[in-house]
Amino acid sequence: MSILCNEDTRVMVQGITGRNGRFHTARCLEYGTRIVAGVSPGKGGSEAEGVPVFDTAAQAVSETGANASLIFVPAPGASDAIMEAADAVVGLIVCITEGIPASDMVRVKRFLEGRPTRLIGPNCPGVISPASKCKIGIMPGFIHTPGPVGVISRSGTLTYEAVDQLTRLGIGQSTCIGIGGDPVVGTSFVDLLDLFERDNQTKAVVLIGEIGGNAEEEAARFIREKMTKPVVAFVAGKKAPAGKRMGHAGAIISGGKGTAAEKLDAMRAAGVIAVDDPSAIGKTTKKLLLSRA
Amino acid sequence: MNIHEYQAKKLAREAGVPVPEGDVATTPDEAKAVAERLGDEGFVVKAQVHAGGRGKAGGVKLAKTPGEVKEHAAKIIGMTLVSPQTGPKGKLVRKVLVERAGKIERELYIGFVLNRSISRYVLTYSRMGGVETEETARLHPELILQEPVDPAFGLAAYQARRAASKLGLKGDSAKQAAEAIMGLWKVFANTDASLAECNPLAVMSDGKIVAVDAKIVFDDNALYRHPELQELYDLDEEDPREAKAKKADLSYVSLEGNIGCLVNGAGLAMATMDLVANYGGMPANFLDIGGGADKTRVSEAFRLILADETVKVIFINIFGGIIQCPMVAEGVVEAAREIGVKVPLVVCLKGTGQEKGRTILSSSGLDIHNVETMSEGAHKAVEMARTEALS
Repeated sequence: MSILCNEDTRVMVQGITGRNGRFHTARCLEYGTRIVAGVSPGKGGSEAEGVPVFDTAAQAVSETGANASLIFVPAPGASDAIMEAADAVVGLIVCITEGIPASDMVRVKRFLEGRPTRLIGPNCPGVISPASKCKIGIMPGFIHTPGPVGVISRSGTLTYEAVDQLTRLGIGQSTCIGIGGDPVVGTSFVDLLDLFERDNQTKAVVLIGEIGGNAEEEAARFIREKMTKPVVAFVAGKKAPAGKRMGHAGAIISGGKGTAAEKLDAMRAAGVIAVDDPSAIGKTTKKLLLSRA
Repeated sequence: MNIHEYQAKKLAREAGVPVPEGDVATTPDEAKAVAERLGDEGFVVKAQVHAGGRGKAGGVKLAKTPGEVKEHAAKIIGMTLVSPQTGPKGKLVRKVLVERAGKIERELYIGFVLNRSISRYVLTYSRMGGVETEETARLHPELILQEPVDPAFGLAAYQARRAASKLGLKGDSAKQAAEAIMGLWKVFANTDASLAECNPLAVMSDGKIVAVDAKIVFDDNALYRHPELQELYDLDEEDPREAKAKKADLSYVSLEGNIGCLVNGAGLAMATMDLVANYGGMPANFLDIGGGADKTRVSEAFRLILADETVKVIFINIFGGIIQCPMVAEGVVEAAREIGVKVPLVVCLKGTGQEKGRTILSSSGLDIHNVETMSEGAHKAVEMARTEALS
């Protein structure tokens, strides 16, 4: 099994007629994802990449049975697109869009309270479950292979680097999720650790954190109290100067808080195997799996 | 985006936060003129730079008379202010804020900030305002109180009154403080700020509440819908290379070392810096060329690194996914041919089109060292930087 998505996941793409939406819809279809609908206000009735396009998310859901949404809508309209998808009642929303104002996301999170919808992102590479051939995102599909390791990360390419190492060492992945680099994201490390803990396919988790906020500290607390499966972690930004945004809106040490050192300490205290060298994520995970076999 | 204290106070005043009377000045004579307009005696002259810790660094002075204001302004304007927040190079002071100064009875703290754990904005407040607030937060977290704001309703007036009461204020002072809190919320919410604070929010000897200092930071992602705030941008306060990078849509941060780094993705770029440091080297920069980079943007990024004369070696670390390695290689070669590169390049290309990308670089005639892993690359870059620095 995987978490979040599987063979039964039917995806609609919001913003399918834009450059990114079109390009990645084609890549997801190639990988095997069941993309059943596109949404693009004003373009209903047309087709994009062979997928029927609707004016509204509600129409797309009622006519195609879509139960997940992948969002490429540009930042000014992205929060509205998330709310539209949630109101049309899909179980999973993956928002790729970068640059959404934090105040918009605060409102979106409030909107999602009490609804049966999980949001991944924004500003993330998305979700992929190799065994189900389900890719809802922009990650390069070819580096992934089915297997026992769950991967969660706040980053994009650094995650690909880690996944690539795993695959080359013959270790596959159950599900890989980029939770996003923004200060307000839909789903936290803790939520996903909980899902991996209950997932039969997943035997170990690789967690890739970075400076800013305290998602890693919260994850460490959850691991210490609730996790039986082993976790390998890397935290990026040990050398980042305080007060500077390091690319991601959420990657900033502010008021002396959110340093890599604090996060690594918390991780290690919780029994996590934290590596200093990102090139060692793959082999460390392999060693761990072998020692547990 | 950061703005100056005088700009933050103007926004705060317009939203109903009581701030001292005053104005900004760029010369000692202007500063004196501002003081004369304000009254006969009791002033403060404050350096206007985008950094805290100004008082201890000699950037804030009390003055009795307009003449003294002029003297202080003459010393502060043109000084290089060095505080823990400016970095060792410090910041050149170009402007001062001249204000009426009064007798402060107590210093409180009020501010609005995002609490990432609960995805809500919170009113943060404390009886312990003033210069050591961060220290207080660390040593006595119980003295820092919070009121979460429900985004559906905004800050409720009763929450502001409750905070004022918990700050130990009574009667008219409590009423004024609650109004100041509501005003600060208004400016925070209306500008899509990521921080708005008054530190200190002072209780004066006559019981009046005054925001003696104010700081506002805007969310860069929301600036597109606030053209009026973009005018507050002060290019003088930005690192010139960072400002240039911003224009080219690149994420760039200047650092102290001599190994230039060109990477795709923020996480990978941070990890690259960390690795360089692990091997005993110092990165010259953080640079993320971004997910949608094309050849032009890669060239732009490469030029930016080359413009830094301290750079002894450049480490290019790319994981091709959506971005294709050959495109990055072509961008690098194009820029290198155009400007001429005197430093060696260590290159780790992985993912989509890695072989073709490597071939493009190897056959370019540039001083290229291809490596298989980022760890190997960082190690090599550090060694080469050492050799280059010696030669």
